[in-house]
Amino acid sequence: MAGCGLCFSLLLAAAFARQAQALWPWPQYIQTSDSHYAIFPYNFQFQYHVSSAAQPGCSVLDEAFQRYRDLLFGSSSWQPPEPTRKQHTPEKNSLVILVVLPGCDQLPSLESVENYTLVINDDHCFLLSETVWGALRGLETFSQLIWRSPEGTFFINKTEIEDFPRFSHRGLLLDTSRHYLPLTSILDTLDVMAYNKFNVFHWHLVDDSSFPYESFTFPELTRKGSYNPVTHVYTAQDVKEVIEYARLRGIRVLAEFDTPGHTLSWGPGFPGLLTPCYSGSRPSGTFGPVNPILNTTYEFMSTFFLEVSSVFPDFYLHLGGDEVDFTCWRSNPDIQAFMKMKGFGNDFKQLESFYIQTLLNIVSAYGKGYVVWQEVFDNKVKVPPDTIIQVWREEVPVNYLKELELITRAGLRALLSAPWYLNHITYGPDWRDLYVVEPLEFEGGAQQKALVIGGEACMWGEYVDSTNLVPRLWPRAAAVAERLWSNKSVTNLDLAFKRLTRFRCELLRRGVQAQPLNIGYCEQEFEQT
Amino acid sequence: MAPARPAMRHRGLGLAALLALLAAVAPRSSAAAEPPLWPMPLSVKTSPRLLHLSRDNFSIGYGPSSTAGPTCSLLQEAFRRYHEYIFGFDKRQRRPAKPNSAIELQQLLVTVVLDSECDLFPNITSDESYTLLVKEPVAFLKANRVWGVLRGLETFSQLIYQDSYGTFTVNESDIIDSPRFPHRGILIDTARHFLPVKSILKTLDAMAFNKFNVLHWHIVDDQSFPYQSVTFPELSNKGSYSLSHVYTPNDVHTVIEYARLRGIRVIPEFDSPGHTQSWGKGQKDLLTPCYNEHKQSGTFGPINPILNSTYNFLSQFFKEVSMVFPDHFVHLGGDEVEFQCWESNPEIQGFMKQKGFGKDFRRLESFYLQKLLGIVSTVKKGSIVWQEVFDDHVKLLPGTIVQVWKNQVYTEELREVTAAGFPVILSAPWYLDWISYGQDWRNYYKVDPLHFDGSQEQKKLVIGGEACLWGEFVDATNLTPRLWPRASAVGERLWSPEDITSVGNAYNRLTVHRCRMVRRGISAEPLFTGYCDYEYKT
Repeated sequence: MAGCGLCFSLLLAAAFARQAQALWPWPQYIQTSDSHYAIFPYNFQFQYHVSSAAQPGCSVLDEAFQRYRDLLFGSSSWQPPEPTRKQHTPEKNSLVILVVLPGCDQLPSLESVENYTLVINDDHCFLLSETVWGALRGLETFSQLIWRSPEGTFFINKTEIEDFPRFSHRGLLLDTSRHYLPLTSILDTLDVMAYNKFNVFHWHLVDDSSFPYESFTFPELTRKGSYNPVTHVYTAQDVKEVIEYARLRGIRVLAEFDTPGHTLSWGPGFPGLLTPCYSGSRPSGTFGPVNPILNTTYEFMSTFFLEVSSVFPDFYLHLGGDEVDFTCWRSNPDIQAFMKMKGFGNDFKQLESFYIQTLLNIVSAYGKGYVVWQEVFDNKVKVPPDTIIQVWREEVPVNYLKELELITRAGLRALLSAPWYLNHITYGPDWRDLYVVEPLEFEGGAQQKALVIGGEACMWGEYVDSTNLVPRLWPRAAAVAERLWSNKSVTNLDLAFKRLTRFRCELLRRGVQAQPLNIGYCEQEFEQT
Repeated sequence: MAPARPAMRHRGLGLAALLALLAAVAPRSSAAAEPPLWPMPLSVKTSPRLLHLSRDNFSIGYGPSSTAGPTCSLLQEAFRRYHEYIFGFDKRQRRPAKPNSAIELQQLLVTVVLDSECDLFPNITSDESYTLLVKEPVAFLKANRVWGVLRGLETFSQLIYQDSYGTFTVNESDIIDSPRFPHRGILIDTARHFLPVKSILKTLDAMAFNKFNVLHWHIVDDQSFPYQSVTFPELSNKGSYSLSHVYTPNDVHTVIEYARLRGIRVIPEFDSPGHTQSWGKGQKDLLTPCYNEHKQSGTFGPINPILNSTYNFLSQFFKEVSMVFPDHFVHLGGDEVEFQCWESNPEIQGFMKQKGFGKDFRRLESFYLQKLLGIVSTVKKGSIVWQEVFDDHVKLLPGTIVQVWKNQVYTEELREVTAAGFPVILSAPWYLDWISYGQDWRNYYKVDPLHFDGSQEQKKLVIGGEACLWGEFVDATNLTPRLWPRASAVGERLWSPEDITSVGNAYNRLTVHRCRMVRRGISAEPLFTGYCDYEYKT
């Protein structure tokens, strides 16, 4: 049903339903017509259906109603319109929401169902969903359907939508180590993610350059490893706020603590953790990856990840594992001796595997699942079958589609990021390159393809901070959002360009500093403050 | 043409790069280090002797022999601005002075030596030189004109930093400064995307921080005509994106005055005969009707150069422009004229025959431009044109400025234009709309405009350059981080002495300067991994 209905719906959109062209990402099934209903802000409300499992007091939806009311109508108070204006068009004065399952106080998870049905016709103005998360997605779609006449009246067209995501993991990575991002930048990003139906915030919290995560078990990590221990840190309260803000928008927070490489900033706060590099027969004073041969390392990791496991409620943690540089390990005589003792020969990948396997055991003992970068798979670390592998390299060791094939053939789940490194910029409309990616275009059966659980757009921070984050992210990340949400057949670039152009103007209207796709204008331009 | 995708696939840093980075980031303004000035002055001497300043006890005033005084609003406003730039806008940041024996700097005394030019507009010959002597208990800033004072105030503000206790501190210093080139411009394009006036004003602020002195306002183009003409109101009524996407006479006046107060000239560009599609909507018969198989196709080409009505229109239009924009120069464009439409039009063909131009449409283009240049000189304005006008052998009046923008062999173009005796502005290597991954500011920085084959006389004809931010993919959302600090690299190249070329040294200073801009409210993007004490808050 979905496939054929979709062809029909695309035709419809192209033919006459102008307003539907503002939808982003495109729903799985949509039918709209030109007949429409007026909406008057003074009396419009969101309402729980009597038999809805969620009722007033449901924080996720109560707050969403307030947000969408403000997004649609602003926070000003509205007067009833003059009676003459009211007569002509039928009116809708509420959207009735019915959520089947309770769960307002839970957190979204990889398994959360985000399906929803939206019906706006003569008899109904109705949003049905299995979960509150589906209702959030439906509210966003509803908000994108409302348009305003030149006279200022709000309208919504007769519409029926059945919608659900193609992939269940639709993520965006921010890097708060290369540059610290103020809390407001993160929260603002979560808002725009919700507009795009993203559902995972991959928080690359720490890296070589700085350690802004304030650990209560090891406060020295931040004190010595952050850019500034007062102004450039995320306190426990900040982290809580991010998690709750994300939850209210149906977004999971996937925290990454990347080891054993990318850890230079951990060193000053926990002496002995990093491998001392040698120059000839003496320590050179510089440090390499986490030292994998010491018991103290694993004691530290046990304690640290115990904290992390309780601070971040999502079932999954990201453990990194990418780009381990072997030069330093190779230079260190203690490591050399350990290699010999273990019979690793000169194969440092085996040492890396040794480390990662020990770490995975620690983390799984805390009842957590994990995501790792593809090197962990490439280097043949033995991982439990429920490990998720994130593919980030475009061509090495193999093309990313081939890599997906290999990972899923091994029975592991995969996430795709390789073609979606948004920090790489070029002149012109590069959103098209992001958009035309088809994550399942590799050799393999349906079972194998089902193991690709989604993807992530990555905004690494070498050249990005709060000055340029927003225009660099949006609307480019929106291209990835549609690829991960919409039906596989939604690939028409011209239609996408038209809708994305309008969506970008809608983002501006909502106060998001989203950059232009090409020459043109928006009714409401971004105003500098 | 698109820049190559970055070869770098690794998302992180190599260890070596990281160590280099740590080395580069670590030392912040220690007392003996070179002050992080941008652009670097002609001569800087600093002593290790430190003076302290406090918000409440420090003031900027006039020296006894200054020709300018409190009636000069340009300077009054500059004093107030710089007091705020120095001490920050947030009054709560005040901290008790560190109890020590450091000496306090209480005043900066400004002396204008010659006729101040306080109420004039800056021009191509304006004197921007100054000397700055920072000594206890009073610092002295001396300049021939107000323009030098503005540049000197910027330098003075850059000398001051907060020590680790938060105390405002300055080293005793002795600075002599004047620009290497008199024309240091930024081009903005308000036709491909409309830029709200606020964005333009913000850009002027940042330009002043980088000692730029020309705003090249590419105000109209094919896509839209936001300039509201008093004589021909239909041009923007029909040719703008919408009625809210226009610059009213009041907006234009606001920009010009805001620029003047910062020592910045505003040079408007009304590009013709190409790049004029948007003009056609509000001015009937101005554009050439294109033909398809002996019939008008309904599309239009460049301005129609064979009609008297065209030149009547241009005379009136540029008469208005010459009154609205006080600068002596108007930019007339003249780039990228497409000949197909002219070729298709039978009346133009007839005109070509009658004039004996044969099939050489460049001669028709020259015919048009010569008439236009004549019109502009009768309203007592000088002209700037894009390089094609020179390349296509249009007869130019002496003193017409040629702007070089084509990136292929621009050094050769510089040689030819100056050999022909025309002043030249360089832009070719500084198209900032071309973005790529990584530190492209280094490429802008390494350019030297005088590295071409030519005599001393020829080199004197290079009056400066412009960083161009064309607007196809730029509007108010991304203008500022795309311009700054990348344009700063061009700013230093055009201001500082020829021998200021160390990229490593520039990196250290520019990193601090970037944070300074951020602190002043400019969302200048980072050069590389690192941080600012005060990050940009949205």
